[in-house]
Amino acid sequence: MPEIETSATHDERPRRRLWRRRASVDEPGGASGAWYPRWYWPSFVAPGSLWLALLFLLPFYVVFSVAFGTVDFENFGAPVPYYAPWWWSFDTFNETLSKFYEGTAIYRPPLFRTFAYVFSATVICLVVGYTVAYFAARSATKYKGLILILLISPLWISYLMRIYAWQGLLDTDGPINLLLRPLGFGETNWLEGMHVTVILGLVYGYIPFMILPIYASLDRIQESLLEAGRDLGASGRQTFWRVTLPLSRPAILAGIVIVTLPMFGDYYTNDLLGSTKTSMFGNLISTQREQQGGSTRMASLVLILAVIVLVPMLYYLRETKRAAEQA
Amino acid sequence: MSTAIEHAPATPARGYFRNPWRKPRILQGVTIGYLLWSLLPVVIAVIFSFNGGRSRISWQGFSLRWWTQDPTDSLLRDEAMRSAMAQTYKLAIITVLVAVPLGTLFAIGIDRWHGRPARSANFTMLLSFVVPEIILGVSLYILFTNLLQGLVPLGTPAQAIGLISFQLSYPVIIVRARLLSIGPEYEEAAMDLGATPSQAIRRILLPLIAPAILASVALVFADVVDDFVTVAALSAEASSETLAQKIYSASRASPTPEVNAAATMMLITTLLVVAGGLLFYRRFSRGQSDIATTDFMQL
Repeated sequence: MPEIETSATHDERPRRRLWRRRASVDEPGGASGAWYPRWYWPSFVAPGSLWLALLFLLPFYVVFSVAFGTVDFENFGAPVPYYAPWWWSFDTFNETLSKFYEGTAIYRPPLFRTFAYVFSATVICLVVGYTVAYFAARSATKYKGLILILLISPLWISYLMRIYAWQGLLDTDGPINLLLRPLGFGETNWLEGMHVTVILGLVYGYIPFMILPIYASLDRIQESLLEAGRDLGASGRQTFWRVTLPLSRPAILAGIVIVTLPMFGDYYTNDLLGSTKTSMFGNLISTQREQQGGSTRMASLVLILAVIVLVPMLYYLRETKRAAEQA
Repeated sequence: MSTAIEHAPATPARGYFRNPWRKPRILQGVTIGYLLWSLLPVVIAVIFSFNGGRSRISWQGFSLRWWTQDPTDSLLRDEAMRSAMAQTYKLAIITVLVAVPLGTLFAIGIDRWHGRPARSANFTMLLSFVVPEIILGVSLYILFTNLLQGLVPLGTPAQAIGLISFQLSYPVIIVRARLLSIGPEYEEAAMDLGATPSQAIRRILLPLIAPAILASVALVFADVVDDFVTVAALSAEASSETLAQKIYSASRASPTPEVNAAATMMLITTLLVVAGGLLFYRRFSRGQSDIATTDFMQL
């Protein structure tokens, strides 16, 4: 059996450490045997760390430099980044920020819309996702494997393809309207900036990321715990509220974070299913690329978005750290 | 079987309590409804890639027009579509070739190396895992058009770098999960028997984590083929457009079933790679097939 007996490892560990220490005394060179040179493991981590430092952390720094730099007006509003922090000024950043509150505040509606969409989509994801995950983990019997595969499969299908398919279905003379017409809905222009369509698109795109962690945690709850709850006189409903739900709480929170983080940056769902009437924060960023002086505004908006998603991100990091410590 | 029934309190049995494991009709209904809702559009899109007419809504007879036959707009003969396909798979292969080895090394190292630098490296890796894609894509765009202007041109090099940065954490997380379940025992046993550390890694550890590496290959490949945000943020002209970008621009301009065919093509390659990866995974980790599914599901 390739199975590892985890219980044994705890008993073994102290003894091995003793042995190792002795070995290191016996062979001070440590070239062979169980003793690793000090640089050994760091050299494994180095290439990946270097990559991330250069191409993940450095870009953030450059974003700051561009956002807090100035703009070269003679050169079509090209950014003039200040790479040294002591030269940074808040003028250009402020100009972007002021579009959220000053005058017509053209950036404010997309921001509020984003919050509203993300909130509604997350709630729907949670309610539907929990139900499906619960069924898959607890009640599905014969077809559990099949259901699991079907639940995962959307992840293997291009998101754009799935949204594109919806675009066809929701067309004014498409199948959805064809089905709804007899019910008295008339002609609905689903694709002309309707909030419902965009929210449903978001739910459709991200709900697998909600289902899978919840499924994994529900699947891990031992049936004996539920039986114990029932033995102690709880009804099925009470067992759910007082045993199952608390046990799956970490997974629910993880699911919420995993789902909301990309939603805040999403813009293509709205581009394909909505219009400017439903544009989101991500649209603000994506439309800057082709515009004059866009880079500076893009940098400022990215920083603002980073601040918005900071809390869920830190929560997620803390939870993974805790999970790693428990493992 | 447990003895739950014998110890059940003598309260009147009714509703849920009479049969706690009875068929949950509502749950079942929601699940079936959800599955239909989630997969039906895709099925319809695939079917309509074989539509004889230009419509993607009404069926006009079966034909391979959008796959091979149409002289200008079929997947086989449309130059732009072919270059998009080539670009997509090129990027996927480059990303897999760089991100998976880097990530695997990182995972092994971070699993054994403890200390402050290791913790901050791990933190950065996790950060790159959770940060929204648009933030990373735009940051890299700004990096490449300012500080590294002229050094890294937009297009394939920038796209590849962006994808690798975004995907690097996936192999790390999958391989590390596997390493946690293996523990250091096998390797230490090998070294007790006289293997050098590098021999122990090559001949003991690497075969043990091979399934996780294959899983990461499948996952990264599938993810890159599907990627839109990073690729679009770092693309240059039409020559660096990928299939995902093609679907995006076509859906805003002139939707034809050719796009369905392109999307179906993406779907098929992804499924093949994923199925291959899963199959290998199962083979390598025989007797632990449940680990395969949980590893896959973590992402």
